[in-house]
Amino acid sequence: MSEPSLPDGVERREFDGERRLATRGEPVYGEPTADGWRAWDPERSKLGGMLELGLETGLAGGEMVLYLGAASGTTVSHVADFAGPTYAVEFAPRPARDLLDAAAPRDRLFPLLKDARKPETYAHVVESDVDAIVQDVATRGQAEVAVRNAQFLAADGRLLLAIKARSEDVTAEPDAVFEGALDRLREAYEVLETRRLDRFHEDHLGVVATPK
Amino acid sequence: MTDTDAGWFSGPTADRGAESDVADAARSRLANGEADRPRDWSTLAVESGFAESTDDYYDRLHEASLAATREAVRERERADDAQLIHAVRAIDDTERTANELAERAVEWAGTLFDDVGSGVEGAREIAAREPESDAERRAVSLAARAADLDDERAELAETIGRIAPAVAPNLAEMAGPELAARLIALAGGLESLAKKPSGTVQVLGAEDALFAHLSGRAPSPKHGIIYTHEYVRGTRPEDRGSAARALAGKLSLAARADHYAGERRDQLHEDLQARMATIRARADDGGDPAPDGEAASDGGDGR
Repeated sequence: MSEPSLPDGVERREFDGERRLATRGEPVYGEPTADGWRAWDPERSKLGGMLELGLETGLAGGEMVLYLGAASGTTVSHVADFAGPTYAVEFAPRPARDLLDAAAPRDRLFPLLKDARKPETYAHVVESDVDAIVQDVATRGQAEVAVRNAQFLAADGRLLLAIKARSEDVTAEPDAVFEGALDRLREAYEVLETRRLDRFHEDHLGVVATPK
Repeated sequence: MTDTDAGWFSGPTADRGAESDVADAARSRLANGEADRPRDWSTLAVESGFAESTDDYYDRLHEASLAATREAVRERERADDAQLIHAVRAIDDTERTANELAERAVEWAGTLFDDVGSGVEGAREIAAREPESDAERRAVSLAARAADLDDERAELAETIGRIAPAVAPNLAEMAGPELAARLIALAGGLESLAKKPSGTVQVLGAEDALFAHLSGRAPSPKHGIIYTHEYVRGTRPEDRGSAARALAGKLSLAARADHYAGERRDQLHEDLQARMATIRARADDGGDPAPDGEAASDGGDGR
């Protein structure tokens, strides 16, 4: 488990004497770069944290991805660097402005100003049978969002979900929140793996799941 | 538009028509269209002749999604409730900064001039002085900036006074323009405010107290930002909870009317006045023989 398989296009590279996750592409948010590679900071990215902690994401590189909660494009830019066609859904206009800058030089990254709770508003754009859904939406009902978007995922596809406990209920114990979310998730998915991301993201649970 | 089984690229103009019209129509469908379910759009687009190859399709999608999203972002950021939110946050910033600068200027000027007042008013007096030394010039100049910022704050308030009644006529009338704008800002937009239950509206702006209560450390807060409303602040303490609840209830109805209908509802305002009269009459029944009628005619404009 010390070096779980990273997707093609994601490597550990040396930045200022430190080995860090990295992808190859245009820099987006002032991250360190070296030889065309850009450091992928697991503290700023849930998916980066999941890869760093060695969750089996099933990502191999080159797949089609639906990214929910792309925000200003920090993580989705790395995803687009190693994946194939990548649909980036974000609902808030301010971060979406930065997302546009990350998307402009990446010709297979498609930014969409849409509400992840309403898949019908982008089902005419996002294809069926995507290989992976990456979800990082900090609103209530995170499991519900994942369930509603299951229709996009291929039968053998992977949901890579980061659940933020505080978005569901700031007063409840994170473990109780996670259990509730996983229960809802199991209505549409088989949960393959869960791991607390606390080393990088406090009170977050990383989940790998596949459609039932 | 009503075809919910079609992709963003397929539409009436996709068959024939100028290349640019086709692109514009597709872009607009990308932004506003819907579908019941996803399909294999890249293959369908090639089959329908919209794109020559899958690569060509993705190139077009990239271009269209960038353009449509850029336009949608611009439109959303221009939306009026968004302007209101920026304005009310700017008020807070200018007020805080004006006070800080004024305090610094007044403190400094106090070492240079006699009879220096305090706060922004003190800064205004200093700004009107004729400086003689280098230090005086700086202190006077600093005071002038504080006064300018205070003017800016006043102009922002005027702008809010113009925008708020256009964006949310009922809410602005009931709460006053500034409180209306603050409620919208706290909720994150008129739509989110309209969707909040009135119990949430009642404690908007008192999140710290609310969470302290939810974790069992404190009694439930009776009111948040709506405390600034005359109906709450001007009601005696033992009836303030009722007043806050009544006001919050009508404010949420006002926000809903504004968001979903957008027209004035006189009944709402009359209902609130009647309810407030009842609540305030309790103070009279409680043995305080204040002359009757004052509460009933109390206006709704807060300040």
